[in-house]
Amino acid sequence: MKLTLNIWRQGSMQAKGEMRTYQLDDVSDDISFLEMLDMLNEQLIAQGEEPVEFEHDCREGICGSCGLMIDGQAHGPQTGTATCQLHMRKFADGATIDIEPWRAAAFPVVKDLVVDRTAFDRIVAAGGYVTAPTGSAPDANLIPVPKDAADASFDAAACIGCGACVAACPNSAGQLFTAAKIEHLNLLPQGQAERDSRVLEMVDTMEQYFGSCTNHGECTAACPKEIPLDYIAFMNRDYVRAQLRNRKLAGQR
Amino acid sequence: MIGNLDSAVPPGDIGDKWTQHKFDMKLVAPNNRRKFEVIVVGTGLAGAAAAATLGEQGYKVKAITYHDSPRRAHSIAAQGGINAAKNYKNDGDSVYRLFYDTVKGGDYRSREANVHRLAEVSGDIIDQCVAQGVPFAREYGGMLDNRSFGGAQVSRTFYARGQTGQQLLLGAYQALMKEVHAGSVELITKTEVLDLVVKDGVARGVVTRDLRTGEVQRHSAHAVLLCTGGYGNVFYLSTNAKYSNATAAWRAHKKGAAFANPCFTQIHPTCIPPSEEYQSKLTLMSESLRNDGRVWVPKNPDETRPASQIPDADRDYFLERKYPSFGNLVPRDVASRNAKTAVDAGQGVGPRKNGVYLDFADSISRLGEDAIRERYGNLFDMYERITDENPYHEPMRIYPAVHYTMGGLWVDYHLMSNVPGLFVLGEANFSDHGANRLGASALMQGLADGYFVISYTLANYLSGLLGESAVPTDDPVFTQAETDVADRMNQFLSIGGTKSPDHFHKELGKIMWDYCGMARNEAGLQKALSEIPALREEFYKDVRVLGSGESLNQSLEKAGRVADFLELGELMCKDALDRAESCGGHFREESQTPEGEALRDDENFSFVSAWEWTGDPATSIRHEEPLVFENVALTQRSYK
Repeated sequence: MKLTLNIWRQGSMQAKGEMRTYQLDDVSDDISFLEMLDMLNEQLIAQGEEPVEFEHDCREGICGSCGLMIDGQAHGPQTGTATCQLHMRKFADGATIDIEPWRAAAFPVVKDLVVDRTAFDRIVAAGGYVTAPTGSAPDANLIPVPKDAADASFDAAACIGCGACVAACPNSAGQLFTAAKIEHLNLLPQGQAERDSRVLEMVDTMEQYFGSCTNHGECTAACPKEIPLDYIAFMNRDYVRAQLRNRKLAGQR
Repeated sequence: MIGNLDSAVPPGDIGDKWTQHKFDMKLVAPNNRRKFEVIVVGTGLAGAAAAATLGEQGYKVKAITYHDSPRRAHSIAAQGGINAAKNYKNDGDSVYRLFYDTVKGGDYRSREANVHRLAEVSGDIIDQCVAQGVPFAREYGGMLDNRSFGGAQVSRTFYARGQTGQQLLLGAYQALMKEVHAGSVELITKTEVLDLVVKDGVARGVVTRDLRTGEVQRHSAHAVLLCTGGYGNVFYLSTNAKYSNATAAWRAHKKGAAFANPCFTQIHPTCIPPSEEYQSKLTLMSESLRNDGRVWVPKNPDETRPASQIPDADRDYFLERKYPSFGNLVPRDVASRNAKTAVDAGQGVGPRKNGVYLDFADSISRLGEDAIRERYGNLFDMYERITDENPYHEPMRIYPAVHYTMGGLWVDYHLMSNVPGLFVLGEANFSDHGANRLGASALMQGLADGYFVISYTLANYLSGLLGESAVPTDDPVFTQAETDVADRMNQFLSIGGTKSPDHFHKELGKIMWDYCGMARNEAGLQKALSEIPALREEFYKDVRVLGSGESLNQSLEKAGRVADFLELGELMCKDALDRAESCGGHFREESQTPEGEALRDDENFSFVSAWEWTGDPATSIRHEEPLVFENVALTQRSYK
């Protein structure tokens, strides 16, 4: 297939960027979107033009490195699919494709299509863990975890931290990412001791970087792991509960 | 000059060594730990676990990763599970059995004492991960579920759907971020380690390059821990992530650390076969699929019917036929070689006849589609996205691909290389898997090293340095290392050739796969040993790296990694040629049983090959660490 690509080029964090247009021929249906960009880069290097920088690593949809706005959609047209797992058979021959980096103030552009997502790590550092120093753990089967709880926790923990939720949100809100990490832990018996402090600290940190949630639901639609919106409701419930609860009673069920 | 390679295995009965040695090793008191600076390179399972644990204990830790976040390390892509000798299934498992299976699975080329320690701490890993909130699969009663993996006849594999590596890494990452928040670990992201600094034969720190700004920086410490993963990307096409590379380990090798068993690479049997020229990597389908999938090819090489129309009588379930007791769950090396045999005989399937079927029809009719979806849903989805075929309705097509490297930097029982102060953890070292790793054992080893081994052995080392400060970064050794790194970057930028770094990487990959892949022979290896240096020479004359060194430049990063692969690849071939026996994943065609199985030569090759850098891979010097088996009797492996 033949493609026309409009790609955001920006030399550095400070530089002013622009869309540039490239033609690419002989693209096979079976290659992935990122392999198509590899092809383009080989062509650019051969022509003496600097290749397009884009973040990627595992190319299996699990590391969360990749993430592009493709025709205005985070990770492109296929639902539940990270950019690296998107294949060119989803595009028509002769198509024009717009490729941009994530657009959010909390994710500044480093170069071309690469953004800085450090803000996510700060949210996790604020409380996205169970304090269980190495060696202190009891036997793994000591505390049974109901299968439904384990499964719900897993569904939240499946988040790959790519940032599509933020990029898709008209407010650049970080709710879905933050809720997924909070509820991954808050739904488990092991996460109860820090349940209140976790949600308070993480939400407060989130609000330093990201916009506010107004229930558009674009986040869950863009999420390559299809993390459901109800985790945000769980987070909001936990947040209110934590504000009101007397911590001295936290040991009670 | 590398002297005697002392494995430092403590005396005593195999079951008591680690316990006794933990008591015998020296400690660092809590109030002294802040005085010791430790650099951890890499934040995968081994690195994140080590950095978090050492941070908790009070050491002053720097964790360095080239990713934008520690959570992106390639451990995250591990699918199937993690082994532990919990015996929760009451089916005869024990520490000794896990030890035994691992030594046997490794085809008797691993160090017994290390493997036993790994089996001993395996249960603690599961406890630790559960306490961190890792959502392992559960039974309805709330207890942990297990499944079985290749090379074992017990169910000892803990899993979190098909994303076990992701969940374990998130556990370690969270523990690490907790320490970052507490200030005990300084996290340095988007930064690549480009040299090890050695003074008076001791590791003193590293030189790094900030990938966002190109700034070259110096970091000094009392000890350096390399947790940088394996070197499977030497082959270009592998299941490794695109950034996975050998640079930090290779730079350490060039500064004196011995590289052990470089030719021991694992070819994973169940990957999606390559489909086209621009294929950038291969995708693994977890080994756990072999629990419910049956491997077969059509008996007739000229078969044209679709899989579902081929009756049982015309199918060859070759693993079940040849290995009735282990069937589809034979170890990886055995499964891979048999798939190659079938494809080489013209029985391959798919448009390029380059795969074998992995068929779930029987399991789906027995258990229902939902049960299969529950176990492997994400893998089936991934398969469909890549191939546009629905594996619930037609069998998967699979073929072996490079997946893991058992070789790595040589370490002793303390995980310390022959360069004092340089420790190597996880896949980056060589110690636990011999010539073949069993499935679900990589996660176990990474976490064992990071959570439960290094804190003891590092304390033992550091205790001898009390009162000594780290070498200051304005010392001439640091200045020299920084200059070397900067010169190297400028060299790549100034060659101004005509071909991209990827071009050379692909060419190298082709040589490696053809001559140092699933089957190796003397003539092929000789050919590779003449082609690789020629390719390396061409690289330094004709590589084209555009842009500057002062901003993000992935081409420049890639050039450095490919340059190192071009040396390491040669050493791998040299090692493969030198080891004139077959063992595990190293299959020399000259050395096989009448049935075509790997034939070891224990009399001549029961040792670890540890290579010393001399300035040119062609003249690298091989040292030997003899392997002594006091507990497991050496036999021809049989999975029949």
